[in-house]
Amino acid sequence: MRSKKTVLIVAAGALAVCFAGSIFALDGATAARGGESTLEEVLYLPSGKALQRLSLGYSSLLADIYWTRAVQYFGSRVQRSTRYELLDPLLEITTDLDPHLIVAYQDGSIFLSQQPTWGAGEPDKAVALLEKGIRNNPEYWRLYFTLGFVHYVDRHDYKAAEQAFRKGSEVPGALPWMRVMAARMAEKGADLGTAVALWQGVYNNTNDKELKQTATMHLDSLRADADMNELDRRIQLYRQKTGALPARWSDLIRAGLLPGIPLDPTGVPYKLEANGQVNIQDPSKFKFLGEFRNK
Amino acid sequence: MNSRLSAITLNTFREAVRDRVLYNLIIFVLLLVASAPLFGQISIGLERLILVNVGLSSISVFGILIGIFIGIGLVSKEIEKKTLYTILSRPVRRWEFIVGKYFGLVLTLVVNAILMSVGFYVALLISEHKLTGADGHLLIAIYFAVLEFLMITAVTLLFSSFSTPIFSAIFAFALFVIGTFATDLRNFAAAAHGMTKWFATAAAYAVPNFASLNVIGQVAHDQPLGGSLIVMNTLYALLYSAAVTAGAVLIFERRNLK
Repeated sequence: MRSKKTVLIVAAGALAVCFAGSIFALDGATAARGGESTLEEVLYLPSGKALQRLSLGYSSLLADIYWTRAVQYFGSRVQRSTRYELLDPLLEITTDLDPHLIVAYQDGSIFLSQQPTWGAGEPDKAVALLEKGIRNNPEYWRLYFTLGFVHYVDRHDYKAAEQAFRKGSEVPGALPWMRVMAARMAEKGADLGTAVALWQGVYNNTNDKELKQTATMHLDSLRADADMNELDRRIQLYRQKTGALPARWSDLIRAGLLPGIPLDPTGVPYKLEANGQVNIQDPSKFKFLGEFRNK
Repeated sequence: MNSRLSAITLNTFREAVRDRVLYNLIIFVLLLVASAPLFGQISIGLERLILVNVGLSSISVFGILIGIFIGIGLVSKEIEKKTLYTILSRPVRRWEFIVGKYFGLVLTLVVNAILMSVGFYVALLISEHKLTGADGHLLIAIYFAVLEFLMITAVTLLFSSFSTPIFSAIFAFALFVIGTFATDLRNFAAAAHGMTKWFATAAAYAVPNFASLNVIGQVAHDQPLGGSLIVMNTLYALLYSAAVTAGAVLIFERRNLK
């Protein structure tokens, strides 16, 4: 009886010690292997079609795994790295395995099109991915929106953007503003209001945390650009009225040109420089500032 | 090793070798490896690559299947045939029975791996007409396959110590499948938050991480593998197997065999 108790104590101790040791050993093995070893293996079998045959009918499940890998790969690099060489193969495999996985086209194309370090900086590959998505899912009009977005924001090809929005607006069930977007592309090309509308659309269309954050940062920067353009205009009005530059915001308020201290989208007051220029207090919070700032 | 332990080990090995399922699987593996050069002829320029991938994958997968199929009956068969009572009525302790069974099955699988590897290298020699230094590099993947066998044997024995053969097979096979995606599970845990992160991390460490031991892709492309990886994977497989075997001993010691 005593011997059995000893065996139980030794076995329980061995279980605890060996299991704890296995955790450290596994961490060591993972470090020795390199963090992206599993992902690098995608390059050994880059054909999604071949993987589809090997998946024995479970290709949707495999597509979900590959999409998770693509998201994790992107998440581990965004704002940290300029190299995203595995992103395109991962998205290609994912969409070969499941051609109807809309999120992979919609979010994946924005991961691809954004400039480094915010994305792979490959808008042409993003367009190819979206065109593949539209071929496989012609009834899904939101893919045309993303295609128009990539043409407009990253490729600055306003004619292609207009065509994408127009074709999307013809899909049954498409929201009427797709036609409005097409008209705006044809009329104005690069325009702050259009850019805000497009980024707002991206924000509304995605559930991805990283992408929502990127869209928010773009929207904040665009709104700050719009605010500062308006403040510049009011400072010029003050100058015309008084013949001098305002020293502080209260001068504009007293002159009836501002209702109160102007705040940036994060709630911090704008900075009024001695030479009459308007700036923001912390530029690190506005990564995309100046894109639509009047000279 | 004490004499009782070595007797159980050798007896388990002898029994396993007599098992027909074992021979069928070996023949199947050898046929697969022998037919690999034919696949290579279909894919121009990929003959060696396909042979290596098919051969090494077969050694790993079929070794694991043999481990599961034999492992599930290690304890239950002895109870069914009532031979367990004869064994335990002698001066053999329960932990010696479990550990002896473990070593016996591991010995069987190592011998199988050696046989399969010989068949694999013969096929490689026929296909390439010579063996090079790069072919020696493939032994690392075979060694890692043996480490996988240590783990799957322990896992199967754990289930076999309290469950029926059919459920043991299902549990062990399910853990094998989950274990091949263990790296994805760890990545998921790293990206998760709150309670989900804790559960996912615990699950990622609790399941046997077969993904860490799979280097077939790398050796097939002659990618270098560091010595630290070999050391860490060896340590991991030994410690994980020891922990799971200790768990099997704990369950079997407390099991009512009446």
